[in-house]
Amino acid sequence: MIIVELHQLVRRPRTWVSILLLVLLPTVVALFLHGTDVSPRPGQGTAFLAEVLNNGALFPAAALAIVLPIFLPIAVATIAGEAIAGEAAGGTLRYLLVRPVGRTRLLIAKLVAVMAYTLLAVVVVAATSYVVGVALFGQHAIATVSGTGDLKTQASVLRTVGAMLYVGWSMLGVAAVALFLSTVTDSPLAASLGAIAVLIGSGVLQALDAARSIQPYLPTKYWLAFIDLFRDPILWRDVERGIALQAVYVAVFLAAAWANFTTRDITA
Amino acid sequence: MSTTDGAWAIRTTTLVKRFGAVTAVDRVDLQVATGARLGLLGPNGSGKTTLVRLLLGLVHATSGQIEVLGERVPQRSARVLPRVGALVEGPGAYEHLSGRANLRLMDAAGPGGSRRDRSRRVEQSLSTVGLAGVGRRRVKGYSLGMRQRLGLAAALLRDPELLLLDEPTNGLDPQGIHELRALLLAVNAAGTTVVLSSHLLTEVEAFCTDVAVLDRGRLAFHGSLAELRKPTGRVVVRTPDTAAARALLGAAVVDSYGDQLLVAADDTAALNARLVTAGLRVQSLQAERRSLEDMVLHLTGPSSDRYDLAGGEQDAS
Repeated sequence: MIIVELHQLVRRPRTWVSILLLVLLPTVVALFLHGTDVSPRPGQGTAFLAEVLNNGALFPAAALAIVLPIFLPIAVATIAGEAIAGEAAGGTLRYLLVRPVGRTRLLIAKLVAVMAYTLLAVVVVAATSYVVGVALFGQHAIATVSGTGDLKTQASVLRTVGAMLYVGWSMLGVAAVALFLSTVTDSPLAASLGAIAVLIGSGVLQALDAARSIQPYLPTKYWLAFIDLFRDPILWRDVERGIALQAVYVAVFLAAAWANFTTRDITA
Repeated sequence: MSTTDGAWAIRTTTLVKRFGAVTAVDRVDLQVATGARLGLLGPNGSGKTTLVRLLLGLVHATSGQIEVLGERVPQRSARVLPRVGALVEGPGAYEHLSGRANLRLMDAAGPGGSRRDRSRRVEQSLSTVGLAGVGRRRVKGYSLGMRQRLGLAAALLRDPELLLLDEPTNGLDPQGIHELRALLLAVNAAGTTVVLSSHLLTEVEAFCTDVAVLDRGRLAFHGSLAELRKPTGRVVVRTPDTAAARALLGAAVVDSYGDQLLVAADDTAALNARLVTAGLRVQSLQAERRSLEDMVLHLTGPSSDRYDLAGGEQDAS
């Protein structure tokens, strides 16, 4: 079933359209930067953008920072929200279940497909932005965000890979919420929008000083901590907390999704 | 615990399913013999689809037991369902794929059957339902009848021992229905038990050996079609000499309409002899049998998609 699901993922046009759109935004940003040479001041705007003009190799990190707040979560929430509810709405869920595909097995296959999509999206964004960045801005040794010296190429590649993994892991929290909602409703749109609403709510509370007491537990809290991977020395604290926090979200919502889906009446 | 009784393809014991306050299936004891062709009848909302979903483990029973092909459902669904083909509430397929790709995917998704045989199984199933020449067209462009055929192909993909078909004739034209009947008869002759629910009573009458009638979740009738349609003990007599016949038969004439008399009589031949001996001209003489439609209308309440005002004037029909 997992293989079938992955096959479905690569065969669906919308997988590639959504990834294309994800790649488009950083590319447009790069073209503007290249065309005008007007860069944000250091420390302002999206992370890394100020440095990109000097060094294209830093652009993958900048591109991740560009798509991370909105584009990537929307894409992941759309795919994950579709997982079960999309089958229900299309009338194929009942036929999969009587085929029979066990409910737990189906849920796992869907989860693996969503993870594969997330990883694919992050890798494609990073790879294309690397090519675009180097082509437009040239390649130099990456200066660390802390400004304490340059990184060796190998180390910078490692850190970029680390950033990709961290961003991917951060998206799994969104995916878990969307997957859970996808088992609750038969409308894929409702599941995706529900997950996005959770993220927007989290963003609003994160900006609200009065909500400080719950801020450390918000799902979006440590998303941008991947920037810390480019400091020297690497600032692990927020990265570790981010990984742990996402793990809790993933575990709770996957368990809820499993409990709901395996006991539910399938009437769609 | 499971007493494997080969005689029953389906057996339910005081099966109840409630959705909130609504009791969709109410204490149903249904036994379907292996090799039977059962027609599941009843008005909209009488619980036919819920019953089919219960049998497939899609919906979990509130109480009661289900046994399909000798195994408990839903506990042993994983063992039962590979031997069952189903069409539940209309076909479902991935719109962006061709019918052929859909079948291959469904075949690959579940257990059983080798990968090498997949193409053969899919092609055979497609040609059985008359879609072999459909090519690479996406399901998006299929007509309702083609979708129905594709759904049927998916149900037949693995030569099931039991076919559960919910409204299989939906969207089929008269030729399609005729083909379907021939196909199901052939499948049944090869040993497959067929259960189909339908609104088309004539369809059930033409195809089924047994009938189960559901009314508001309860099993209102369950038996063979022959039993359901046994003579009513009355004979329809057509004669130009109605007045003389009335005088002769007296109180045995239950009803009359034009040149037809409805006569209470067990033996049609004896009645005929009596009329002819008395010098009456008899045009035709036939034992009255109830049609399935009469039975179903008699057994069941109003359609549940009909909502009359409580205490308001009710339509006499």
